[in-house]
Amino acid sequence: MSSTPPLTTGMMEKRRRVMITPEGVAVPITVASRGSRIGAIILDFLILYFGMLFVFLLLIWAAGGLIEDVMAGADEQVQGAAEFLLVVLILAIFMVRYGYFLAMELGPRGATWGKRITGIRVAARDGGRLTAEAIIARNLIRDIELFMPLVFLMVAPTGEAGAAGVAGAAWFLLFMAFPFFNKDAMRAGDVIAGTWVVEAPRIKLAELITTRDNAQGGSMLTGTRYEFGEAELGIYGEHELQTLERVLRGGSTEAIIAVHETICRKIGWEPGAGDERAFLEAFYAQLRARLEGEMRFGRRKKDKFS
Amino acid sequence: MRAPVLSRWFGEAEIAAPPDIESAALRSDRFRLEREGDWTRLEDILKRMERGSLRGISDDDLLALPVLYRTAASSLSVARETSLDAATLAYLEALVQRAWFQVYGPRKGLIGWLRSFLFGGWSRAVREIWLDICIAFAVMVTGTIVGWLLVAQDQKWYFRLVPSQFADTRVPGASREQLQQALAGQDETSGLFFFSASLFSNNAGVAIMAFALGFAFGIPSLMLLVHNMAVLGAMMWLFAGQDLTLEFAAWLSVHGTTELFAILLAGAAGLHIGRSMAFPGTRPVLTAASEAGRRSALVMTGVVLMMVVAAMLEAFPRQLVGGTFDRLLIGGTLLSLWLAYFFAYRPRRRGDEG
Repeated sequence: MSSTPPLTTGMMEKRRRVMITPEGVAVPITVASRGSRIGAIILDFLILYFGMLFVFLLLIWAAGGLIEDVMAGADEQVQGAAEFLLVVLILAIFMVRYGYFLAMELGPRGATWGKRITGIRVAARDGGRLTAEAIIARNLIRDIELFMPLVFLMVAPTGEAGAAGVAGAAWFLLFMAFPFFNKDAMRAGDVIAGTWVVEAPRIKLAELITTRDNAQGGSMLTGTRYEFGEAELGIYGEHELQTLERVLRGGSTEAIIAVHETICRKIGWEPGAGDERAFLEAFYAQLRARLEGEMRFGRRKKDKFS
Repeated sequence: MRAPVLSRWFGEAEIAAPPDIESAALRSDRFRLEREGDWTRLEDILKRMERGSLRGISDDDLLALPVLYRTAASSLSVARETSLDAATLAYLEALVQRAWFQVYGPRKGLIGWLRSFLFGGWSRAVREIWLDICIAFAVMVTGTIVGWLLVAQDQKWYFRLVPSQFADTRVPGASREQLQQALAGQDETSGLFFFSASLFSNNAGVAIMAFALGFAFGIPSLMLLVHNMAVLGAMMWLFAGQDLTLEFAAWLSVHGTTELFAILLAGAAGLHIGRSMAFPGTRPVLTAASEAGRRSALVMTGVVLMMVVAAMLEAFPRQLVGGTFDRLLIGGTLLSLWLAYFFAYRPRRRGDEG
């Protein structure tokens, strides 16, 4: 796909990639921004922290009764039960830390809750299947990327570990900064696992503007039929068309009035008042008809300057 | 005002458009209206698949999924060249991407993957990194010898090498009785459960670290191996000094054959990644790294399992079984079991394994 929708801004454009699926279909994909990934990991750890806190409180609540039993002079068995709870806790913390990420990213959404909230997911970089091995590899590496730098950062300033501590901190900071040194925002774990994190948009199919009555017949308010000629429509290109589309789909009344005025001035009409939406919808429909007609002959007009 | 462009459009519409799509003036909109039904059906199937319940999807829908996916993909390519409706294009892009993730999503569930892992996948991955295992083994042996020699030369090294938690009574100058005491079993089980759980958490952490450090061309992994084995060498020197070598080996072998094997595999897995990044051969570095990474991840999952076994052995049989011969028997049996599982057990590779 050589053409990309001009709707995207410059920063977005940089993150766009085309992934070729095994059967040769080109799927457009956007690499997740570093900000949304940081947000996702913070959310994930908040979820883990509060989840474990909840379970811990539940255990204390359950074991609290046991402690009372011990006070009441119960036998050794109760002590065994308290010990068992501790073991469950240690194993649970280990399981939760690794299990949460593994199970969630292996699921059909390929994302933890934090990633779902920020609208991103894990994918295989080569366009193939996302395998369990890849998920395991990328999550095992997280330890040296995230926890080691934090540990060293806390130790290094105290001078306890000496120069080695400072060197260690610098070394592990490299891992933490790794995503900022490659264009796909991969962290070390992604490199090892052959994965990357991409945006996973869930977009609803928007209704058509061109089939609205305003765009086809005449204005629903005044009954005026807006017809534009070659000279008026020839001014604008695709970029302006899609800006107009955005305004028509979700713009405020003020925006519509402003755009109406701008277009009227540009094409040399006297801007009226009260029937802006009908005017713009008719203009949109006719401009699109013209540009799409040209497109079929291989002539594309990127914006008003071209 | 004239409308030459529009009249041309309307003229064509009269010939081609099916009745319910008549309302659309633009050809690209008619294109969309004709296919909208398929798109929304695909979206509906995807929504249910993403929720994780395949049961809610009828056979018809499941069979239609690949077809609908390809339809949507081709709709996208056509729309890119004919339509300027940004909203429709954005919708199609997102839809094709979502469908692609489901069509090419993980085919196996966690259970299915575990089965293929235990029955063949794990031992195959271990065999695939045999060279790294050999290197890591040589490094571990060297580490032990180095530890021994260092302490034999200067006893101060013992305190530098051995962490204080182990060096309770087991210090240079301890009597034979004290050392024997340290090797003896205990009679009660109280507290052992907790002990084994914390041991597991600690050891698995070390193993994962040895693996993760492989990223730096494997050198830190090897250093970690040398350091851990130097501790072992130092302790061996201590016990050998009092003619307790066999007892020490027996005491260690109960869980050590499993645990040291696991550490060996973890170091080898880390080294495997480091080696394939340093010497990728004809492949691009990133491809080499990810191939090695996936293979090593399999080995590492197994290492964590081995650590669970080792911790259980360390807490229960080692402390409860007192006889030197019994201990050697347990350790030797486990070692031969692991070796047989990794190198003799070679089930035929099934077709669906990736």
